[in-house]
Amino acid sequence: MVAAVDKSRVPWWVSNLIVPLVNLILALLVSALFIFIAGENPVQAVKLIIYGSFGYLDGFAYTLYYTTNFVFTGLAFAVAFHCRLFNIGGEGQAYIGGLGVFLVAINVSFLPVPIVWLLAIAGAFIFGAAWAFIPAYLQAKRGSHVVITTIMFNFIASSLMVFLLVDVIRDMKQMGPHTVALPKEIWFPTFKEFAALFGVKIRYSPLNVSFLLAIAASFFVWFLVWKTKWGYEMRAVGHNMQAAIYAGISPYKNIIIAMCISGGLAGLLGINEILGVHHKIVAGFPAGYGFTGIAVALMGRNHPIGIFPAAFLFGILYQGGSEVTFDMPNITRYMFVAVQGVIILFSGALENLFRPQIESFFVNKLNMKREI
Amino acid sequence: MEILPDIASLINSTLRISTPLIFAAMAGLFAERSGVIDFGLEGKMLAAAFVAAVGSYYFGSPWLGLILAIIACVSLSMLHGFASVTHKGDQVVSCVAINILMIGLTTALAAAWFGQAGLTPTLTDEQRFLEITLPFTDVLRDVPVVGIIYSDILSGHYIFVYLAYLCVPIVFWIVFKTSFGLRLRAVGENPSAVDTAGINVFTMRYKALMINGVLIAFAGAHLSTAVNANFFREMSAGRGYLALAALIFGKWHPKTALIACLLFGFTDALQIRLQGVELPAIGTIPVQLIQAIPYVLTVVLLAGFVGKAIAPNAIGQPYVKER
Amino acid sequence: MVSPILELKDINKSFGHVQANKNINLKINKGTIHGIIGENGAGKSTLMSIVYGLYQADSGSISISGKEIKLRSPRDSIESGIGMVHQHFMLVENFTVLENIVLGFEGEFVFGQKLKKAKEDLKNLCDTYKLNIDLDSVISDLSVGFRQRVEILKSLYRGAEIFILDEPTGVLTPQEVDELFKILRSLKEEGKTIVLITHKLNEIMDLTSEVSVMRQGEVVGHTKTTDTDKEKLAEMMVGRSVLLRLNKSEAKLGDVMFKVKNLSVKDDLDVTRVKNVNFEIRSGEILGLAGVTGNGQTELLEALSGIRKVESGEIYLNDEKISDKDNLLDPRELKEKGLAHVPEDRQRMGLVTDFKAYENLIFGYHDQEPYSKSSILRDGDILSFSRKVMEEYDVRPISPQLITSNFSGGNQQKIILSRELNENPKILLVGQPTRGVDIGAIEFIHQRLIDMRDKGAAILLVSVELDEVLSLSDRILVMFDGNIVGERVNKDVTDRDLGLLMAGVA
Repeated sequence: MVAAVDKSRVPWWVSNLIVPLVNLILALLVSALFIFIAGENPVQAVKLIIYGSFGYLDGFAYTLYYTTNFVFTGLAFAVAFHCRLFNIGGEGQAYIGGLGVFLVAINVSFLPVPIVWLLAIAGAFIFGAAWAFIPAYLQAKRGSHVVITTIMFNFIASSLMVFLLVDVIRDMKQMGPHTVALPKEIWFPTFKEFAALFGVKIRYSPLNVSFLLAIAASFFVWFLVWKTKWGYEMRAVGHNMQAAIYAGISPYKNIIIAMCISGGLAGLLGINEILGVHHKIVAGFPAGYGFTGIAVALMGRNHPIGIFPAAFLFGILYQGGSEVTFDMPNITRYMFVAVQGVIILFSGALENLFRPQIESFFVNKLNMKREI
Repeated sequence: MEILPDIASLINSTLRISTPLIFAAMAGLFAERSGVIDFGLEGKMLAAAFVAAVGSYYFGSPWLGLILAIIACVSLSMLHGFASVTHKGDQVVSCVAINILMIGLTTALAAAWFGQAGLTPTLTDEQRFLEITLPFTDVLRDVPVVGIIYSDILSGHYIFVYLAYLCVPIVFWIVFKTSFGLRLRAVGENPSAVDTAGINVFTMRYKALMINGVLIAFAGAHLSTAVNANFFREMSAGRGYLALAALIFGKWHPKTALIACLLFGFTDALQIRLQGVELPAIGTIPVQLIQAIPYVLTVVLLAGFVGKAIAPNAIGQPYVKER
Repeated sequence: MVSPILELKDINKSFGHVQANKNINLKINKGTIHGIIGENGAGKSTLMSIVYGLYQADSGSISISGKEIKLRSPRDSIESGIGMVHQHFMLVENFTVLENIVLGFEGEFVFGQKLKKAKEDLKNLCDTYKLNIDLDSVISDLSVGFRQRVEILKSLYRGAEIFILDEPTGVLTPQEVDELFKILRSLKEEGKTIVLITHKLNEIMDLTSEVSVMRQGEVVGHTKTTDTDKEKLAEMMVGRSVLLRLNKSEAKLGDVMFKVKNLSVKDDLDVTRVKNVNFEIRSGEILGLAGVTGNGQTELLEALSGIRKVESGEIYLNDEKISDKDNLLDPRELKEKGLAHVPEDRQRMGLVTDFKAYENLIFGYHDQEPYSKSSILRDGDILSFSRKVMEEYDVRPISPQLITSNFSGGNQQKIILSRELNENPKILLVGQPTRGVDIGAIEFIHQRLIDMRDKGAAILLVSVELDEVLSLSDRILVMFDGNIVGERVNKDVTDRDLGLLMAGVA
């Protein structure tokens, strides 16, 4: 066993950069093994991933489009996690958030476009928050564990949305379970239009202004969690509920606030998907992004500065992954769900696997330097 | 007299549908009584379903499939132990990792090995478990009351159904009447007391997780090699979480957890019966809403459950020796 | 010459960069009561945990009756005849006495004959040592004193010859201490060996025949108890001469600042823990609240500080009602009215140990200026404030950015005190201010409390350390089973007198 090192002497970059990086590499090695078991060549797969996500402009734009989704869901998980709440209901909250976007946008589309957008963003946030509110309330008041209730709310959201899409808000002229399209004027400007300004022609790209919203959301979360008294109180409740009560900080209130902000952020996924891409609600549009947010947040150590690159990495995996599934018949997108699981394992549950060794290695190295 | 066979078939399906929940709840009981949270029942159930189906298909025997499923689930339980007991990682995160990993890996491998849809090949009758008809079913069928109970409710189930109901009293006996059970309960309540009594806390928790792995494997094998004849994507459909809710609602006690599992099973059986049925005054309830009933019930039960104090005292906390 | 029953040679043990035990050599003779005395953090408990097999020494050897043994786990120690009564009892609360005792030594997989036999054996042991324990009662129903007896019975049942008791009297009334000492003496008569770990000099003088003193991880002295006295031991413990009694002037009493009327409080399990309590505190006065742990002090403190709802009765601050059955000012509102609270359990309540020191230094005051303005935290002001108070209260190291769990217990307590005293509160509620704190820091903390009093604060001091209550308070209340069972003016009270009150017999 390696003796514990004096934490105050470990440089920040060792614990916050080197250790997560080692964990990520381990996770990717295990993932490579899976690809091998599935009967494909991992090296070839990596080449395809890199080509698919960086190799051409369309592909890179796709990577950033996925990144946008993962930033929203990653931030969502992180905010709740600072209050020690495992919100694994991002999927359902995003779904309901999408409903909010659509209902608001279609009803106020006569207003000036920027106002429609703002209202739609508010709609996404409020609907997502509302869907997180019930599990939050039950956790705060009744101690019902959010892991179970949020998972159940994912199932319930899915049933409810399919019901609505089939029986209530379906585009009755069509057979598929989706709504009518929103008026074209209020669609989010896309990267395609932006590129056209510079004379670059792109066939199609889902990347849109939501990417900027994701950046703004990252700043919002950073400011909220570390610079405001609300974030301070949430973290206090998360780390030590007894102490929070002692200091006059209400756990009840903060659990609900943290969950609602978390749900709201997940709801913003609906902005990217509905105002930016589909322009209508399509059954099953959250497509697992909510779950991926867990891996993103844990890899990014629940800090926006970590979440953004982690989301980008998952963007690469998703976009590059679709290139892989196209070229390698034995690989489906579920392989990349498995990769998420491995990443959660190594950067979350097993994050301390080699931490003592790595930290004491660097501390000793630095000491030697000092002595010389 | 139309109603009697209806009720009989409802009870019959309740018994069947509750089976995986019971195995999962008992599996969870061992882990959680030892102080280790197990949200990973869902992922392990999926893994077992996948491995059992693939094993039966390749080796031609559902028993071999079951054994492989047990090996797979015990390995996953050991992984959970390695992360959360040995390395003191966050137990919930470890479970979430196992669940997501298994959702992905089972479907990905099914697709890689058997084609794009993520299904495993349909098993022949030799490759799967079949319904067992109890002796004298035909003779007793016409006896009033007893006939219905014996022939229509008790007979004609898969082996797992009988095993599940056998399993509950055995679990009760182990947990409350043996020294192993005493140590198990102690390690979940006050691991320091166990340590100072000269028993290794980590070994105890690993033993509990091993039993946990064996039991959850039965739940998965039941799904893919008994009630269904193949594995399909996410076929566990939240049963792992339902079982955990039943365990919590049953206050970590085998008997009450069994009742909670039966309640879930009954709701699900009822839900299936209600699909497409026209109800007086309400009309036909849309099928999507009916399907959500078990999930809503889970939330309602959890919300109605009061008294956090009943959970094993040391649950979720990695054991660190006091200084 | 007979070899000692327990001999330690050159034991070394470190945790990371902290060396807890340095070259320890110790001989304990059979049939004696041997005291090991030292301050908190002197390494006594670590040493005994090594003897009990909970930790493995980095180097050195342990012999029992002249034979060297390897202790890899508590099991090895138990089999070598070592029994230990820990400071925090190692009992499963919802198990019966019997279940707790047989745990690990059941002797059979399915309970049956062996369990019956165990029950008989235990009954005999109870009779021999007059322990008077009902084997079928559940631990959570037993008083602290009885729980301790269960621990002793447990060691007896496992055949212990050497009994190690780690700070056994911390939670007992003086009368319970007498009972315990009787049991220990009868164990000694039967030829058992007892190692008593304590930081209380009286106990060493009363009970032991030999004593070893530990300081900063080393054994700094051995002596026969008859050859030494309290002052000499204290000096060895601390490494310099210490004042055992604090110098403090007569209290200058002012107006009534704080008044509690017919107060009753329930705990989380809906049990009434504070029963119709009345008292008042004047400005410039320290009111001590003595009592054995668990007699309602915790709930009373929580009610007074706005954490817990009041069941009935009223609390007044400066003649303003701050709490009754229907209304409760929360801790933050109370802070604004000049009430500060140093909680009993600093790790559980007083601090967020994962926070940085500066975040803890504003904890509870974080929404007040200058620490925050319009809900936004002002890092610059917080940090400069933090550096200032850390210097003033001698918190070491002065690094506000360091995570709080990296500070020692004494320094963590100083962080809380500097936070709570800094605002010059009118009323100060203090629970166990020096628990787990070394002597140097104790002197510092006591002096600060007296300074606060002399500045006119009204102070309520809750402590299970009778010495602390006696040396600081101007007036003393004793709490037993939720009631105030006695009030004494400090000048004319003895610890015997208080002890009887604490036990509920006077």
